[in-house]
Amino acid sequence: MDFNHTEERRMLADSLRRSLERGADWAALAELGVLGALFTEDEGGFGGQGFDIAVVFEELGRAGSDAPVLEAGLAGGLLADAGRADLVEQIIGGELKVALAHWETGMRYDLGPVSVSVHDGHLSGRKSFVTNAEGADLLVVSAVAHGKTALFLVDPKAPGVTLHTTPALMGGTISEITFDRAPAESLGDAGTLEARVAAATLAVCADALGAMETAKAMTLDYLRTRKQFGVPIGKFQALQHRMADVAIEIEMARSALINLAGHLGAPAPTRDRHVSAAKNLIGRVAKLVAEEAIQMHGGIAMTEEYALSDVARRLVAVDHRFGDEDWHLARFMKLSA
Amino acid sequence: MDLNYTAEEMEFREEVRAFLKAKLPPEIAAKVASATQLSKADYDLWHLALAEQGYLSGPWPKKFGGQEWSAVQKHIFEEECALAHAPRIVPFGVAMLAPVLQAFGSKEQQDYYLPRILSGEDWWCQGYSEPGAGSDLASLKTRAVREGDHYIVNGQKTWTTLGQYANKIFCLVRTSTEGKPQEGISFLLIDMDRPGIEVRPIILIDGEHEVNEVWFTDVKVPVENLVGKENEGWTYAKYLLTHERTGIAGVGGTNAGLQALKRLAHSEMQHGRPLIEDPLFAARLARFEIELMAMATFNLRTVAGADAGKAPGAESSMLKIKGSIMRQQINDLARRAVGPWAMPFVSEQLAGNLYHPGPEYAAKASNVYLNNRKISIYGGSNEVQRGIITKAILGL
Repeated sequence: MDFNHTEERRMLADSLRRSLERGADWAALAELGVLGALFTEDEGGFGGQGFDIAVVFEELGRAGSDAPVLEAGLAGGLLADAGRADLVEQIIGGELKVALAHWETGMRYDLGPVSVSVHDGHLSGRKSFVTNAEGADLLVVSAVAHGKTALFLVDPKAPGVTLHTTPALMGGTISEITFDRAPAESLGDAGTLEARVAAATLAVCADALGAMETAKAMTLDYLRTRKQFGVPIGKFQALQHRMADVAIEIEMARSALINLAGHLGAPAPTRDRHVSAAKNLIGRVAKLVAEEAIQMHGGIAMTEEYALSDVARRLVAVDHRFGDEDWHLARFMKLSA
Repeated sequence: MDLNYTAEEMEFREEVRAFLKAKLPPEIAAKVASATQLSKADYDLWHLALAEQGYLSGPWPKKFGGQEWSAVQKHIFEEECALAHAPRIVPFGVAMLAPVLQAFGSKEQQDYYLPRILSGEDWWCQGYSEPGAGSDLASLKTRAVREGDHYIVNGQKTWTTLGQYANKIFCLVRTSTEGKPQEGISFLLIDMDRPGIEVRPIILIDGEHEVNEVWFTDVKVPVENLVGKENEGWTYAKYLLTHERTGIAGVGGTNAGLQALKRLAHSEMQHGRPLIEDPLFAARLARFEIELMAMATFNLRTVAGADAGKAPGAESSMLKIKGSIMRQQINDLARRAVGPWAMPFVSEQLAGNLYHPGPEYAAKASNVYLNNRKISIYGGSNEVQRGIITKAILGL
């Protein structure tokens, strides 16, 4: 056993952290190798393992980045599975942004059934909850073809594609997308969707951990500096003990993330048991950290102006992405039986 | 990062398993599994078996005859022993006094006491807490006054675990009232058969005799029984407490508890179906298992960090809090799982009753639950641990 990251991963995390503090843009992230870290060597990248994803997204979460990196890994991964090395190369190079349009109203957190249909190479129907479709150059869209779920490549600017976009709770955007006989190119079946969603769920867990660390650091800073009754509020035992419990739970979340990252490459039942264990626990802890950070800050944390608001929203959103606490608990139970 | 055990570690696990299979008497394992109190003879037998195998001193430094087990080895050993229902190793000599003697004792003390700890010749108990000194340990009042080549000890210790079996006690005593309370404490080794020592049982909430009061009236203790320097006992005491907290996460025991609970939940029926199929119960169990998976990794990465030369200090407080809460939760789940069978109260001490009418797994479910309320109190209460985390980790 070894609980240390490799030298390469530590270096990537350090340089990514510094770049994000300086406000790195998309080109800078590509230059750093953030996108390449999401793909295996076979796919044209230099990572793609659980711990590669973990270190990248912890930093993105810590910095509160809105960059569509998760989408690059998720939609890009499906493109790699479909043998589109040409597109993956552009994604890794930062020249192409992609997003996955899969979930629909009523599916909630399940992977199916989808209702968007395909006729003569054209898609019709509606997708919901599509993250960061705004600004994407290409969409990977799931649809029913011959009774099975298949994937298609769609240009969001093509005729018949309409986006209705709103800001997302965690940052970035959420789009409802309607397809009205929109031209689409077949990518084959969706056989690897579960595995790619597992990796994306890991990304959300790691992102959450980074955001937790930020919330913790901000709260500690506030406890040291904010004075009431003539002393820093961090001198009050009631707050000290709450903060100690938060710190412990964050270590539990980090441990759950390590378990998941270490099993991402395992056979599906083992992998998904760890996905659900981690997502359940991290969903719980993310909520706790958000609530405690707000409570310990007091009134200032209720304001949009104070920087904690973004962090708290990001943490609250964790439980709404790729399955909430209960959804994953039920799946964990099913996979443990 | 690598979550896999090495070939050597897997081999070690097999070795421990083989040892347990060959040497752990089934009747003792059955007692542990059913939470029946062990006799001194049971403890002694197991102590000797472990000593012969070299496992008792496995974590000790090599220069004291140990094997310097890694954190992972300790974890494997604890996990396998718990799953096999081996008796716990009574820690006071092997895991608490021995490290103090190895770090601060004289050569004579090391040569005399360490072999006797391993052979089981000495059964040590711990004289720390007093009626007026619990979480505030430094306020202890038991006095040791130097008279020639002896100390004269007067006072009272309490919560002395298994003191009824012990022939020796290591004590924190006050040798000075000057300066801060911490500055006048000394670490003294005392024979329990000295005139003036009286051991009185305390019966606990679970109806068992596990702890005692120890009274000292003009007890003469030779000065060579002082460990280290006079008035510097607090340093040794704190050193010992960090050792007490290592392994305090109790992941091995909690895991064994979870496995036992799963088995009994297949036997217990609710609405005509095994309890394990009840969705509410199953969900509680699953939530717990998810936390235990994280806890096991939390424990390993903390102790592995200490292995690599990092300070184990305050992080062990985090393990203590979370580990004790989880241990208590599994006992709570087990008590609820046995349903109405939790009501018949088995206590020879309190009720003269050793009979439980229900299944064997239910007989002590309430007792164990009640007994383990102690673990968030002892070794520095969880609130004291939060205070340590506040200062040492959070810097508040």
